[in-house]
Amino acid sequence: MYEGVVQDLIDELGRLPGVGPKSAQRIAFHILQSDPVDVRRLAHALNEVKEKVRFCVVCGNVSESERCRVCLDPRRDPAVICVVEEPKDVVAVERTREFRGRYHVLGGAISPIEGVGPDDLRIRELMTRLADGVVTELILATDPNLEGEATATYLARLLKPMGLRVTRLASGLPVGGDLEYADEVTLGRAFEGRRLLDV
Amino acid sequence: MHVAHLSLADFRSYARAEVPLDPGVTAFTGPNGQGKTNLVEAVGYVATLASHRVAGDAPLVRLGAERAVIRASVVRDQRPTLVELELNPGRANRARINRSDNVRPRDVLGLLRTVLFAPEDLALVKGDPGERRRFLDELLVARAPRLAGVRQDYERVLKQRNALLKSAAMARRAGAKAQLSTLDVWDEHLARAGAELLAHRIDLVAALQPLVRSAYEELAPGGGPTRLEYRSSMGEGVPLSGGSVAAARSATEGGGARATGGPLAAALLGAMGAARKQELERGVTLVGPHRDELGLQLGELPAKGYASHGESWSYALALRLASYELLRADGGEPVLILDDVFAELDTRRRERLAELVAGGEQVLVTAAVPEDVPDALAGSRYSVANGEVDRIA
Repeated sequence: MYEGVVQDLIDELGRLPGVGPKSAQRIAFHILQSDPVDVRRLAHALNEVKEKVRFCVVCGNVSESERCRVCLDPRRDPAVICVVEEPKDVVAVERTREFRGRYHVLGGAISPIEGVGPDDLRIRELMTRLADGVVTELILATDPNLEGEATATYLARLLKPMGLRVTRLASGLPVGGDLEYADEVTLGRAFEGRRLLDV
Repeated sequence: MHVAHLSLADFRSYARAEVPLDPGVTAFTGPNGQGKTNLVEAVGYVATLASHRVAGDAPLVRLGAERAVIRASVVRDQRPTLVELELNPGRANRARINRSDNVRPRDVLGLLRTVLFAPEDLALVKGDPGERRRFLDELLVARAPRLAGVRQDYERVLKQRNALLKSAAMARRAGAKAQLSTLDVWDEHLARAGAELLAHRIDLVAALQPLVRSAYEELAPGGGPTRLEYRSSMGEGVPLSGGSVAAARSATEGGGARATGGPLAAALLGAMGAARKQELERGVTLVGPHRDELGLQLGELPAKGYASHGESWSYALALRLASYELLRADGGEPVLILDDVFAELDTRRRERLAELVAGGEQVLVTAAVPEDVPDALAGSRYSVANGEVDRIA
């Protein structure tokens, strides 16, 4: 145990995800030894993020204004929505630079064990967005685990009567990898989702 | 295949142990509580990633130690593979194969195959249905390691579905409206995973049927015949004949990606629909492979409740011998482990069993006194006392 404030800092850092007691201690001492200017900048960033960042009223992504950058961008295709679980998934899809539509962040996945049902996700907001008929395709990009699959199935059933094109991201082999290192489930999915080679 | 070397660190009673092993029969003898079973338990753990004695990993770690390590050199077709397992109770276990870190513990499944006979096997006949389901599922995974994933998926869907049913049941009792909009989704996922597990189990029972019958006949001539009956929680009218995996496959093949899984999945969905009211009242999933039973018939009667102690033992041994035959037929002779079983058997059964297993590529036997090891199982002998393992013959 360290004295007062040092221990307080270690305890606070230890509460962050992925940071254990040893790492918390190391970060705390790094901060103690750092230049005061750097530390103030970190403190400032922490404050700013809580004060300024909000969630986009349309898609639920993190944003600095009422609407996020993607929702405000007139070049994005309003007819296609990609549904993801978390804001960090938006960043992942954006990195591909392949997707030109807009997003909808659910804020999680259906998981009765954790007490998360459809009403706890931003599904009602999604239905509101679909009401005006502009959207023609919905891409379900929830995680390829049990809860993500269940959420996708639930949405697909809900949306079917609306006559939209509902697609699900493919599961399969990582690009640039070796077939022999793929696990059986992924390889099995890749077989299921195989496609005709057009030559 | 055989285990050429077993090395333990902080496993059960052993701070350290190095045990070189040969093909053929090896017997470990010594007074009770000295650690004979711990040695074969470690070998079994490498094969199944679970102990045959306890459910969790915590008791496997030596008192006061943080982790246990099992290293086994497994020789198959004259090629050695070094398997290393680090058991970290409460955290993820780690595995290495041939000193490579880039593996998950699950990848170890299938490298070593064992058939383990133990006093606990009596529960296969006398115990709860769960014991028999576990017997089937473990054998399935030993034959096709991929099914470990199917089994895990099923357990996970089941947990989610039960959580939903339970909260719905509680809401109803409190007079509130139940949140059931997602139940259909879980039904669908449960049916898909459940159908795959069920299809494999049904085929396995069909494959075991003749092998169990002939093994029982060898152990207790004229005492049978035995009959295995897979009883589905869905009741009558379910297609329970062999060839289920092939049928499910042909139903999904050509049906495009992620088809519904054939007649068994449809049957499961139907059964869940019929049981829904009851499930909502009780808050648990009432149909599916987790509620099925493997009925063991002896003559006209069920073995459970009717068979004598000796008959029950013969039945349990016959199930293990049939597993051995089945794994052998798949290729890759499994390692046979007989943990303290001879002391439980009368002379005739003891000799029969010894004859049946004596030809195995590797047979590991534990016994309290050397006299308990039948003459047919001559081979290397080790004495185990105070955590020391010494070769004596």
